[in-house]
Amino acid sequence: MDKTVRFRIRVKDDTADVKVMIFHPMETGYRRDKNSREIIPKHFIQTVNIAHNGKQIMQVHWSRSVSKNPYLNFRVPNVSKGDEFKIVWNDNMGKSGVGTATIS
Amino acid sequence: MRLTKERRVFLHSALVLIGSLMVPTKVLSRWDDNAYNKVDITESFFSIGITNPGNLIEANDVIELSLPEIAENGAIVPITVHSKVMNTERIFVFAEKNPQPLVSDYIITDGVEPFAASRIKMSETAFVHVIVLANGTFYRASRQVKVTIGGCGEE
Repeated sequence: MDKTVRFRIRVKDDTADVKVMIFHPMETGYRRDKNSREIIPKHFIQTVNIAHNGKQIMQVHWSRSVSKNPYLNFRVPNVSKGDEFKIVWNDNMGKSGVGTATIS
Repeated sequence: MRLTKERRVFLHSALVLIGSLMVPTKVLSRWDDNAYNKVDITESFFSIGITNPGNLIEANDVIELSLPEIAENGAIVPITVHSKVMNTERIFVFAEKNPQPLVSDYIITDGVEPFAASRIKMSETAFVHVIVLANGTFYRASRQVKVTIGGCGEE
């Protein structure tokens, strides 16, 4: 497990409001380094897979136009205590990250 | 009678198998390089299957879209979409004047609400279009966001 994914989950009427923050630079490839003036290569998350108790419930595709340290909020109905959410992200440089959270 | 029952059981398990094979292909759609690299909004729409933007169903009343009227910092523009379109399968977000207009897309299953919120970058004042795909039909909600400082290029 890495520390790139942070969760905040609130349950109301059996529906989970899940807020996720992923630590990632989300570089557009248009910015220049302040000192070297070199173009900073594009580096951004392309897919985020979201599973609820092992079942895929949502897939997200992102572009370079998603803000740095992306924030994602989604809602999952029919949840119970002990349910697990798993987030897996993959970026254009072949890097990935995983995060899990359990409803307490 | 026994044969019929076995046949029924077989058909049922066959259908379950086909169903389980189909679900992952729908959910695990590939990141579409072509669509995400289009630079023109019409071509960008076309790349996701909107062959004629004139056929888009304007749905500002059934797609709840929350965006700031004025974004002082184009690097962080909060957006919330809640689709009330029945059987929403997919939610696409476009920023019309960004270098590549397609910003994101969300593949929705019955395991989540047709709802998504995030933060996007906008290079300049432009319309944000949210396209919802449901039952093979594209629905649109649009809103203009005035951007004071663009958020795509220079630091």
